[in-house]
Amino acid sequence: MINFQYARADDVADAVRLIGRNPNAKFIAGGTNLIDLMKMDVERPTTVIDITRLPLEQVEGMPGGGLRVGALVRNTDLAYHPLVEQHYPVLASAIMSGASQQLRNMASTGGNLLQRTRCHYFYDTATGCNKREPGSGCSAVGGHNRMNAILGTSDTCIAVHPSDMCVAMAILEAKVHVSGASGDRVIAFADFHRLPGETPQRDTNLNAGEIVTAVELPPQGFAKNYTYLKIRDRLSYAFALVSVAVGLELDGDIIKEGRFALGGVAHKPWRDPKAEAALRGQPANAATFARAADVLLRDAKGYGRNTFKIELARRGIARALTQAARGTPQSQSSKKVI
Amino acid sequence: MVPVAIGIPAQAAAAVQPPADVTESAEVAVSLTINGRLHTLSLDPRTTLLDLLREHLDLTGTKKGCDQGQCGACTILIGGRRINSCLTFAAMYDGAQITTIEGLAANGTLHPLQQAFIDHDAFQCGYCTSGQICSAVGLIAEDRAKNADQIRELMSGNICRCGAYTNIVAAIKQVMGRS
Repeated sequence: MINFQYARADDVADAVRLIGRNPNAKFIAGGTNLIDLMKMDVERPTTVIDITRLPLEQVEGMPGGGLRVGALVRNTDLAYHPLVEQHYPVLASAIMSGASQQLRNMASTGGNLLQRTRCHYFYDTATGCNKREPGSGCSAVGGHNRMNAILGTSDTCIAVHPSDMCVAMAILEAKVHVSGASGDRVIAFADFHRLPGETPQRDTNLNAGEIVTAVELPPQGFAKNYTYLKIRDRLSYAFALVSVAVGLELDGDIIKEGRFALGGVAHKPWRDPKAEAALRGQPANAATFARAADVLLRDAKGYGRNTFKIELARRGIARALTQAARGTPQSQSSKKVI
Repeated sequence: MVPVAIGIPAQAAAAVQPPADVTESAEVAVSLTINGRLHTLSLDPRTTLLDLLREHLDLTGTKKGCDQGQCGACTILIGGRRINSCLTFAAMYDGAQITTIEGLAANGTLHPLQQAFIDHDAFQCGYCTSGQICSAVGLIAEDRAKNADQIRELMSGNICRCGAYTNIVAAIKQVMGRS
């Protein structure tokens, strides 16, 4: 790890001022991803700005429903918050499926949004990686790509976004509040993370010098018919091969509104309006679910070692939609998939 | 400071310059209460809590396993919550209350979890044990695990290379049953 200057921000304005001084500065909150990457020399900030003292640790109910989650709310505190457990159980479930309790006790909401890919080659500084070093090539295409993407890839990058929390936030249509030198703005969740395209070094549409201050959850929480199904190489404490977050609003047997997003398959949580249109107004049955899965996966592309993910995703989508429709969400402690 | 590599002539070693983005970092003043005792230190900002405990304070009960947040051997309690001490900069925890494995026994009596690990033979080599016990203290304080499945899931951040999991779960269940 290279040397760095340690600075502590007192409030959001101070944090924005400090980051504006040095293009090689990084904010630190939970530190669970940044410190790991600094030890590996993947991240080399010359200033580390400690934002843990900023007043962004509140979860607040909003007038008219909805929730405002401060960027520094720890993952466990968010998952265990009574309003989240009651109104947004898909979010609680997704968070509890990720990492370990020690890491969830440290990791912040904003940091979870901004965590980097766990692609082996991004971490291995001896290999080419366009995300780590633009122009150095993608070693995952044709390499060990079992964990890599099948949707929304480019020739330059097939990395996946590793978050579980973000997959649930995608179907909840969360909004990301950010502050910067030119003021505050709100970014729709679908527009927050990017596809790799020709610029895989940019994970998000956050501008240089901006800070995430809060995540807002709209009132619709799908508390009755939801699931978060995560399929991985071991039953706990592993990143997703494929995960599926589902929220359904049913009228009897008919799907009034259906949302689903996939984790572990793309550079961002993967939602597809066409696939969700295939659910709307249809009976909640196996034929409908299979059709929606086919639509979502119509352009899926395997890279050899990860090609199995296409069929795994197809079955995972059908299983997760079934769990949500039955009102029997996946348990994150009993690992039985029903 | 540029370390002089063995086998490189002195002039060549002296000519080695650090990369342009490497600057001398100023030390940071940090005060921490560890196992009830206040420590005031001046630290290189790169110092993790794990290295502070082991290398600066000689509290070597906390173990370094993977040093990247994957094994749980370095688990300690901050304000009663379990965390991975390897993924922290000590400077961020200025003012914090920290408990390590050395702080669990009271007046010469083992913490109930320490005793339960002995009762159930919940280890072989013992390297992960201090992290397992600190993690279990945090688990019981959280009051979320009610059965063996939930204990296993919420203890999954602590890897045991010897595979003593069955007895670890039994030890934790014994203490949970009492509290």
